[in-house]
Amino acid sequence: MFLTYLRRELRHRRKQTTVVAVGLAVAIALVMVVSSVSSGVRDAQASVLESVYGVGTDVTVTQAGAPGGGGGPGRFEFDAESGEADEEGTRSLDQSQLTVERGSSSFDDTALTSITGVEHVSGAAATLTLSSTSFSGEMPDFEAMREQMESGGQPGAAPGEGTQDGSDDGTTGGADGAGGSAFEVDSFTVTGVDPAVTAVGPLTTLEVADGRGLEDGDTEAAVLDATYAETAEIAVGDTIDVGGTDVEVVGTVGSTTGDGVATASDVYVPLTLAQELADLDGQVTDVYVAVDSADNVDAVADAIAAELPDASVSTSSDLAGDVTGSLSTASSLVSTLGTWLSIVVLAAAFGLAILFTVSGVNRRTRELGTLKAIGWSKGRVVGQVAGESVVQGLIGGVAGVALGALAVLGINLAGITLTGASGAGGFSFGGPDAGGQAGGGQLPDGGASGGGPGAGGGGPFGQVADAASSAVDVVLSAPVSVWIVVAAVGLAVLGGLLAGVVGGWRAARLRPAEALRSLA
Amino acid sequence: MYQLTDVTKTYTGKRTVHALQSVDLEIGDGELVAIQGPTGGGKSTLLQMLGGLDRPTSGRVVLAGDDLARLSDGALTKARAKNLGFVFQHYNLIPTLTAVENVGTALVPLGVPAADRARRSLAALESVGLGERADHLPGELSGGQQQRVAIARALVKEPTVLLADEPTGNLDEATRDEIVELLEVLWKEQGLTIVMVTHDSAVARRAQRRLRIASGKVSEAA
Repeated sequence: MFLTYLRRELRHRRKQTTVVAVGLAVAIALVMVVSSVSSGVRDAQASVLESVYGVGTDVTVTQAGAPGGGGGPGRFEFDAESGEADEEGTRSLDQSQLTVERGSSSFDDTALTSITGVEHVSGAAATLTLSSTSFSGEMPDFEAMREQMESGGQPGAAPGEGTQDGSDDGTTGGADGAGGSAFEVDSFTVTGVDPAVTAVGPLTTLEVADGRGLEDGDTEAAVLDATYAETAEIAVGDTIDVGGTDVEVVGTVGSTTGDGVATASDVYVPLTLAQELADLDGQVTDVYVAVDSADNVDAVADAIAAELPDASVSTSSDLAGDVTGSLSTASSLVSTLGTWLSIVVLAAAFGLAILFTVSGVNRRTRELGTLKAIGWSKGRVVGQVAGESVVQGLIGGVAGVALGALAVLGINLAGITLTGASGAGGFSFGGPDAGGQAGGGQLPDGGASGGGPGAGGGGPFGQVADAASSAVDVVLSAPVSVWIVVAAVGLAVLGGLLAGVVGGWRAARLRPAEALRSLA
Repeated sequence: MYQLTDVTKTYTGKRTVHALQSVDLEIGDGELVAIQGPTGGGKSTLLQMLGGLDRPTSGRVVLAGDDLARLSDGALTKARAKNLGFVFQHYNLIPTLTAVENVGTALVPLGVPAADRARRSLAALESVGLGERADHLPGELSGGQQQRVAIARALVKEPTVLLADEPTGNLDEATRDEIVELLEVLWKEQGLTIVMVTHDSAVARRAQRRLRIASGKVSEAA
């Protein structure tokens, strides 16, 4: 009787059932979309972190650079005789530097031994992350220029602008043959890795695109990020200038986290080579730590922090908070707007279900009063009303799951690309094309010291580019897990149950005599 | 069957209404009693006291030894489910259930299994001449047919008392006579105690005993 009565009632009140079910369905679909997108954004963040820190890294250990110390925009110094001069006196200059990235500093690699000894640490890998910056260009013969100026040139004229008689006959070389200068600044990131350790660290997300990867025993070999190699037009078998030393490129690698996704570094070399080239023997900048169980991550982080008081210890959840870019915006949107919107719509749907149920009970006063009069207990009447509401909720839940699944499918098909960058990615210089600019006599006097810090080159040299080296594009993939479906249907049933409890409470309060009298 | 002693029912609100005033009444087993009286005189209130649908303000309403005024809500519900059949002026059928399902609702609180319930409900419908309309919804039946379904619902559980509140109030004369005849047949065949509230003197005249109630006071009618 319960099911027959319930089925007939819901069919009889088709319009009301539809409105309540649709209301709950929309709310459930929204909750499902928000949960799925939220999960997708979390996965994307994990993907970004994996591309930067490697798969399976639970804790990273770094050391912040001392104020004013550490790496950073290097200082290129040239004296008057630097480089090679051609017949017109133009000097070709070329210098490379390999330094620890600004904002971080290196520390002794004995830290790796200490970390490996911490309980619950299942693996650890140390790397040395460096920034290679090369400066090349042409400068005029400043001595000849000064001599010309002293013998009657315009004192205020910039080098190469004029001669004693105002003609251009007195040119003194330079990039444009008229006293000008041209500089090119190129920078890329270099990571020294231990090829023997592949279970944790950056190597876990690398796959060989061409040639081969670094192997245990390699001493002078470099592997390039495939995207960087293409941009820089370097192929396997070529050499690359790393800190002034030509290193053979033995292969290119891509990221396992997605097609076309840049890896954490432009160039990978054996750790020992990186230390040697940067003159940082026995030094590392990062240690990647894998923990035996997710439950022990915080304990391990605390233990490492206690063991290495100067180090910055970050867990994977700390790192997730460092992810910036549109991924961060999406995460923030989902967690704030999405959540609140879900709550509001869910509350509205629950309210609607309660309103309709109560109004249904009011309309059925005589019917329910009659059932009580003929001996139906309070519990049976309440159960009937609540059962109808729960089934309405269930219908809404199932419809909501279908609607939500469609919406999530739409989002996945849309292929929304989010850009994420790890805030811990440090700093990098402007790109290879940014530094070259003709100087118009603004270079400081070319004295014995070789002049200023290179500011005359213009461009962003010396400026900080925000974590550009670790920016990763991730296509948003919102998963629909069984738990999301169960939770969505559960929420809808809860809405129905709430409505049923309120409606049932009202039905329970009906006294048969009053119910019958009021409508007699 | 019934023993009412000094039963008073007072409704308090904006205006206090003394619906029943010191009613003393005895109704024997197997009696067919008609209650008449003016509107607002207390007929329906008296029927509600007899049916355990409401409790008196004071006094005792004893049915087969149990004082309905002092039974718990649960016990009163059980008493209604087992011993009392109700027939209402507006039939009060569930509009979404078929005739046979409506009849079956009276067996639900008794825990009768579904198959048995269907069999007994159909038999009850046949006894009121509606076996062929068992699968019809109330909306598909005439007023008289609906009242027959209501009577079948009241009788399917084989109660000891049938309480009818204006059972012919919504029916035309011909149908009224059919229903009254049906009630008379059931009364005679099943030995029921029937208490019927009616405005209709023609119906009341066919009762074994006639009571009159006015201003909450009950008296035997001539």
